[in-house]
Amino acid sequence: MSAASPASRWRGPLQLVAKRIGLAFVTLGLVSAVIFTISGLLPGDAAQELLGQGATPEQIAALRSEMGLDRPALVRYFGWLRGIVIGDPGKSLVANMPVADIISERLPNTLVLAGLTTLFAVPIAFLVGIWSAVTRGHAADRALNIMTLAMVALPEFLVATIAVLVFSVKLLWLPSITIVPQDPTLVEFLRAYAMPVMVLGVGVIAQLGRMIRAAIIAELDRPYVEMAVLKGVSQPRLIFRHVLPNAVGPIVNAMALSLSYLFGGAIIVETIFSYPGLASLMVNAVTSRDMPLLQACAMLFCATYLFLVLIADTVAILANPRLRQG
Amino acid sequence: MNPAPHVAVRNLSVTVRAPDGSPLRIVDDVSFTIQRGEVMALIGESGSGKTTIALSLLGYARSGAKISGAITVGKASFGGAGQATLAAQRGNRITYVAQSAAAAFNPSRRVIEQVIEPALIHGTASAAEARKHSMALFEALALPNPETIGSRYPHELSGGQLQRLMAAMALITRPDLVIFDEPTTALDVTTQVEVLQAFRKVVREQGATGVYVSHDLAVVAQMADQILVLNRGKVREQNSVKAVLETPSDDYTQTLLAAAQPVIKAAVPTVAPTAVGAAPLLSIEGIHAGYGAIDRNGCAAHPVLTDVSLHIGRGAAVGVIGESGSGKSTVARVVAGLLAPTAGTVSLDGEPLAASLNRRTREQLRRIQIVFQNADIALNPAHSVGEILGRVLRFYHGSSSHQARQRIAELLDLIRLPAGIADRRCDELSGGQKQRVNLARALAANPDVILCDEVTSALDTVVREAILELLAELRRDLGVAYLFISHDIATVKALCDEIVVLYKGTRVESGLRDSYAAPPFHPYTDLLISSVPELRTDWLSSVGPQASARFAHMHESAALCRFVPRCPVAVAGRCDVTPPPHRAMTAGNTVLCHRTESELTGS
Repeated sequence: MSAASPASRWRGPLQLVAKRIGLAFVTLGLVSAVIFTISGLLPGDAAQELLGQGATPEQIAALRSEMGLDRPALVRYFGWLRGIVIGDPGKSLVANMPVADIISERLPNTLVLAGLTTLFAVPIAFLVGIWSAVTRGHAADRALNIMTLAMVALPEFLVATIAVLVFSVKLLWLPSITIVPQDPTLVEFLRAYAMPVMVLGVGVIAQLGRMIRAAIIAELDRPYVEMAVLKGVSQPRLIFRHVLPNAVGPIVNAMALSLSYLFGGAIIVETIFSYPGLASLMVNAVTSRDMPLLQACAMLFCATYLFLVLIADTVAILANPRLRQG
Repeated sequence: MNPAPHVAVRNLSVTVRAPDGSPLRIVDDVSFTIQRGEVMALIGESGSGKTTIALSLLGYARSGAKISGAITVGKASFGGAGQATLAAQRGNRITYVAQSAAAAFNPSRRVIEQVIEPALIHGTASAAEARKHSMALFEALALPNPETIGSRYPHELSGGQLQRLMAAMALITRPDLVIFDEPTTALDVTTQVEVLQAFRKVVREQGATGVYVSHDLAVVAQMADQILVLNRGKVREQNSVKAVLETPSDDYTQTLLAAAQPVIKAAVPTVAPTAVGAAPLLSIEGIHAGYGAIDRNGCAAHPVLTDVSLHIGRGAAVGVIGESGSGKSTVARVVAGLLAPTAGTVSLDGEPLAASLNRRTREQLRRIQIVFQNADIALNPAHSVGEILGRVLRFYHGSSSHQARQRIAELLDLIRLPAGIADRRCDELSGGQKQRVNLARALAANPDVILCDEVTSALDTVVREAILELLAELRRDLGVAYLFISHDIATVKALCDEIVVLYKGTRVESGLRDSYAAPPFHPYTDLLISSVPELRTDWLSSVGPQASARFAHMHESAALCRFVPRCPVAVAGRCDVTPPPHRAMTAGNTVLCHRTESELTGS
């Protein structure tokens, strides 16, 4: 039907997306330099940490040269960058095994936790956001507002501690640490993950729910919504067919932020529930000055974040006919 | 058949909560009836309650408003006393055409989906039938490419096209009552004519009963059978169109009628068009300007103005008119230094001004002031009137607070506002008062030239007349010059002694006001003038269909006359081949056209 041929119709958005991908790589390159520089600024290094206080300077120097830490910074940077690009971020200085192996052992754990939390929290966030927006100013909206505000304000460790107190200590329903047995049954699996998912989900639901509410309300004030009401469009159709397609941009961006938090920011939950995820791995790498591991984790978090934002931008571009037809 | 009126409204009142919490009646005890097949116009200024009444016919009240009274439309009634509630009839038996179609269409959905949506959700037709019906309506509404236009998105269509598509959306369910809410107010005059003609044709063909909300008596005269004049929520007069126009009984109606034809009594001072030969106060020479990146040849990516020149004498008023997109506001932005031109110069008293604002001296800035269209946006709502004016006085004149207070009182007197208003915040003022303050802000600098950018366009007719009056007085008393930008030729003719017509960034005609009284004009000027609705019921019929343009298929080109694709008198072999010359007419005006004076006079 449209006058433009299919090929030319997609050229505009593809160019936009290609530009974003290019920009993401440039950002990643800059970030790599920043990560490398900052990790170099940390006091002490792995050689010192490994040998402890009693080591002589000669011993430390020997271990340094063995680890390659005495080479000039630029040489080390480009060697490391090359490794990242070809998928070999080097060897852990502490565990003495490839960083890639350590990460790939932890990565599935983080993905499962993040994935489950997403499945749990995003639908509820939509429910909260939409419900709150359509009842704007009424009792339901105010109640939801107070709830989400409280959820945002409560620190995660407090929520986690309370959850452990209630569900593990008082009610004895759930285990207080997350250990997933080999080949778990569904019930075992859900019981193991229930608390960390809940605790992580609270923050996501609150943040994302508020963003969704704001995005929808911004649209509800626009004249096309009044027009739709005057056409006799029902409330669900108004929200799902008329409003949400226009609110997609801000909502997917808020989702990208939430998900990237789940991927790399779950440190408190991982610690409290003794869950072996990536965030605690990175913190351990900092304390032991295991630079290759630390740098690899940081790059991974950054890349994930950029990837999620890229997807969000792409979705926003595709959802907007103006941008889509560029 | 049934002698009962199709629409009956009895004792309708609509109440909202005033900011202080007390109930405020915005519609007060209004009653009227409409017979089947008739169009009733609701006319009044903003705040008259006309849109509120129209919306209540759909059983709809904007948030916080309460409707009371009795409304019946056909078999439905308000509150459900009839066989159905009005709200249940929305979009089905009773439909609505909104003021700004550009905003009322959902930007992320194709137009056709939105046009046939009422038929689908109310089950009045299958998708295929609705599509077929919509194409018939598109055709009846004179929309281009009726088969494919629906597959576009709103941003790909013009305002006039969207307004007609919205009318198709309102008619898709074959409703009993169509409510038009200021449907042409946001359009250019030339587009308005086409849209009005299309509306009137379909309303007559469909035998639809209509309610037409407008502030413009001349527009209403073309569309309606009956007129209901409203003021502050009360009915002032109700009668047939002819009776209201010819023998208005109410004094408010008479005020409205008078304001519809602005004739400035404060007489345009015949400040002799500056002694011939004297250097003009402000000169704009060969300005090219645009937006976006500037390429190697010094052209902007989106050029807006091409070779525009004009001169303003001391105390003169020069009007710039054109439709949206003509670049008229860009002229003001260039003169004010808000936008650097890509070529050409602006000079004040023969001295060239720096292209950009921050390289002009404070004295140069002081002498040229700009007044924007929308005082609501231009004035800081958090500041009092005194603070707004005082800041200008301190900035340009370094006034002490005592001097400033004195001067503020003088300024308020000048713009005919009570001195007490200095302590009020802007958001407590009415639209007309705000525009006066906006003007006083410019006057506080003691400027030589004020650039007025559509300063009367957002105002009601009665208020507009008062502001024009004030502008004329200020010019007479203070000798200030105006560059007066407007889309409305009647306003410009009322105030200015010289008028420049812009079309797509080129100056197509310039001349003294009197030369715009009768042909020869540029064909575009001719179109502008003939598109202004007149206060008689047969005006729209007399306009006839716009003469078709020979070169409608051509794309507008910077190398030729830009008006060619729309020009009814374009000549093959000339207009589509070479750029037109500036021709001087005997009446003193200059016209950018291939046609000679005698040809233009005849057309």
